[in-house]
Amino acid sequence: METYRVEMLQIDKHFGGVHALKNIDFRVEKGTIHALVGENGAGKSTLMKILSGAVQKDSGIIKIDGKEEAIHSPHDGKRCGISTIYQEFMLAPHLTVAENIFIDKLTQGGKWINWKNLRKKAQEILNRLGFDNIDPNMRVAELPVAYQQIVEISKNLMNDNTKVLVLDEPTAVLTFSEIEKLFGLVRRLKEQGVSIIYISHRLDEVFELCDKITVMKDGAVVQTVDAGRIDKKALISSMVGRELSTLFPKREAQIGEVVLKASHLTCGTMVKDVSFEVRKGEVLGFSGLVGAGRTETMRAVFGADKPEAGTVTLNGKQRLFKDPKQAVRSRLGLLPEDRKQQGVVLDQSIRINTTLSCLKKVERFPGWISDGKDKKTASEILEQLQTKYGSLEDPVSSLSGGNQQKVSLAKWMAADCECIILDEPTRGVDVGAKVEIYKNINDLAAQGIAVIIISSEMEEIIGMCDRVLVMRQGKIVGELEKAEITENNLIHFAMGG
Amino acid sequence: MKETSISNKGRSGLGKFLIKYNTYIMLLVLIIICTSISTDFFTADNWINIGRQYSGTIIVCMGMLFVILTGGIDLSVGSIQALGSVMVAWVLTTQGWSMPLAILIPLAFGFGLGMVTGLLTAYAKMAPFIASLAMMTIARGLAFMISNGQPVATPENSIGQLGVGAVGGVLPYLVLLAAVVVVIFALLQRYTSFGRIVIAIGSNETAVRLAGISVKKQKMAVYAISGLCAALSGIIAASRTAIGTPIIGEGLELDAIAACVIGGASLAGGEGSCIKTVVGVLVLALISNIMNLLSVPSYPQDVIKGLIIIGSVLLQSFTAGRKEQSV
Repeated sequence: METYRVEMLQIDKHFGGVHALKNIDFRVEKGTIHALVGENGAGKSTLMKILSGAVQKDSGIIKIDGKEEAIHSPHDGKRCGISTIYQEFMLAPHLTVAENIFIDKLTQGGKWINWKNLRKKAQEILNRLGFDNIDPNMRVAELPVAYQQIVEISKNLMNDNTKVLVLDEPTAVLTFSEIEKLFGLVRRLKEQGVSIIYISHRLDEVFELCDKITVMKDGAVVQTVDAGRIDKKALISSMVGRELSTLFPKREAQIGEVVLKASHLTCGTMVKDVSFEVRKGEVLGFSGLVGAGRTETMRAVFGADKPEAGTVTLNGKQRLFKDPKQAVRSRLGLLPEDRKQQGVVLDQSIRINTTLSCLKKVERFPGWISDGKDKKTASEILEQLQTKYGSLEDPVSSLSGGNQQKVSLAKWMAADCECIILDEPTRGVDVGAKVEIYKNINDLAAQGIAVIIISSEMEEIIGMCDRVLVMRQGKIVGELEKAEITENNLIHFAMGG
Repeated sequence: MKETSISNKGRSGLGKFLIKYNTYIMLLVLIIICTSISTDFFTADNWINIGRQYSGTIIVCMGMLFVILTGGIDLSVGSIQALGSVMVAWVLTTQGWSMPLAILIPLAFGFGLGMVTGLLTAYAKMAPFIASLAMMTIARGLAFMISNGQPVATPENSIGQLGVGAVGGVLPYLVLLAAVVVVIFALLQRYTSFGRIVIAIGSNETAVRLAGISVKKQKMAVYAISGLCAALSGIIAASRTAIGTPIIGEGLELDAIAACVIGGASLAGGEGSCIKTVVGVLVLALISNIMNLLSVPSYPQDVIKGLIIIGSVLLQSFTAGRKEQSV
């Protein structure tokens, strides 16, 4: 019997109280492209980090080519021939391409760096990958993001003994032609006998590229199948574990008059002449590809960035916010896409975070906070959002992603916002928390709050929104309502077909 | 990282206790050591002496702590202290003005100079280190200009009364003043919107800004307050010696930073306590005090003090590391 290239047996992992991986068995054959799919938080990345040595397993066995290996550090992982390319690049932006590729072998075993040799070797590697147009003398920071990714891959492949290449969402930042090139490269590596583990949310790519598919959910493997033996619909329902209709609860909201209106907003290169309006109780979606200017539009509306032209009208009053303070005072809230860096103050308590935008409301007299009011306000709103937390004094960092997001949302509810903009509200939260956040959003709408959702997940847009605007290259290119909101229509507008 | 968190839960109560109260324990150990090696140490006279000597430093540290809470740093406090002290003497002796002015004018100057540092940091986005470094030379230069580089004596029965006086002949005014300032700062931090925003800014400025709070005003305010505290400590210095001198306060900024850090403040911002900072000052004070009582010459004193600061901060980072792991 042929041995597997990678065998991970009975892998178990806890993060604090969270059971992240539950006795997982995962096997990859030699020279295959094996997709690993599942919702955010299903445990895909954790499993791969254990394989590469970046995270330690609690228990279980890892075998490479049938031989049991102890992988306790990224160094061990490399020794076993495992190369991982993460979503975030591990590059030094101010060094050249060649320096980055050979970052851990600059001297090539000698005492001094032979620059000529180094450049030549870097060029060879790039040529081999089919990217001879990248100059090894360029600084990485000057390269387009897609090419930075290629540098990242080159860096890993420089390691000649690579047996397993793990790609974590490699196409998120690439254009179509670049994706084709990457696929070509991956197929060539497969022919050379390298096993590829491919993590992606883009199911079309998975079907195009992969031989086998393993579905993970809530830290367990649901199934491993041949790619030819399953269709997209079946794959989605096995990932989500339920029908889409139950994922998106029904909403009972009355749509009223216009709350927020933006006209001819222009800001930098990412927002060009954008106009839209959102009504009381309405959930308006903003769809489009990453980098289409959705986040930038909302930042301009909120006053986080300064627009060059255009107006914003809130509750009939025309005004352009100079900073977020003015926006919040006018009862507009923005939940940023980067929760940890922008949405919450991670190290501070849940209480401080929840009432941060409504300090005036919890003061006894100007400037002086009433502990009682503060606690009451925070706990009432958090309860309304069904947030799970131990004590109000615990730091937000002690919460799960979904509950952190709820604290971030609670802040705007506490501030009595009439319009709340949610930028990727369910990014990085598990399915269960997602459904709860969807319910929260429905409650907001039912209370007559105008909600704007930016989302890159089509199901979310389709399932949640009354109306959708699609952006492409800084402009609104399409408007869809109710029955028109379909995956085909969204893609059609987003891609500019 | 997460594995240690599990084993951390199994830590004994004593371990947890030691980690939580390490600053206080350090002070207690120091007191015990000092008491056992010098009979002069645990006497009322010595304690009153320490109190008088360090009341100014404690006040400076309160201002410094708030700056550090926002993630900034203020290097100008020592110079502003010197400026404060010479201004008292200048107002009283050179100008012959009244006592209230001798207190208000230095305070106004300290506040104003601090505000300039704050403006540069918050609005001109200058690094706090650089802005306050520039203010450090400016304030020191001003102190020399006003005093012509010479110590200036204050008139008898004026500001000196504050320095030597005591409530009921026991509790020095200066100690009382420092205690009031500490209480004010502790309340500011715990119970006001300002204090809360200051801490939040130090933890994540972007998130606070996006929560609709004008970060700049608050950041400027902490430097102005720090300048005010430094000037007040200058007045105290003048009151204790009855002279205003431009050369005091050299290295005070470093002592103040050290006291905050010994008291558990994080230089990255967002973490620190007023009471523990006072303990930090006392730790530094006792180290100097005991070495003086033992007649250790001043140069070795500096070396020993430096070593103790390193030791205590290592202890902090050790316990902080533990804490991080348990999250």
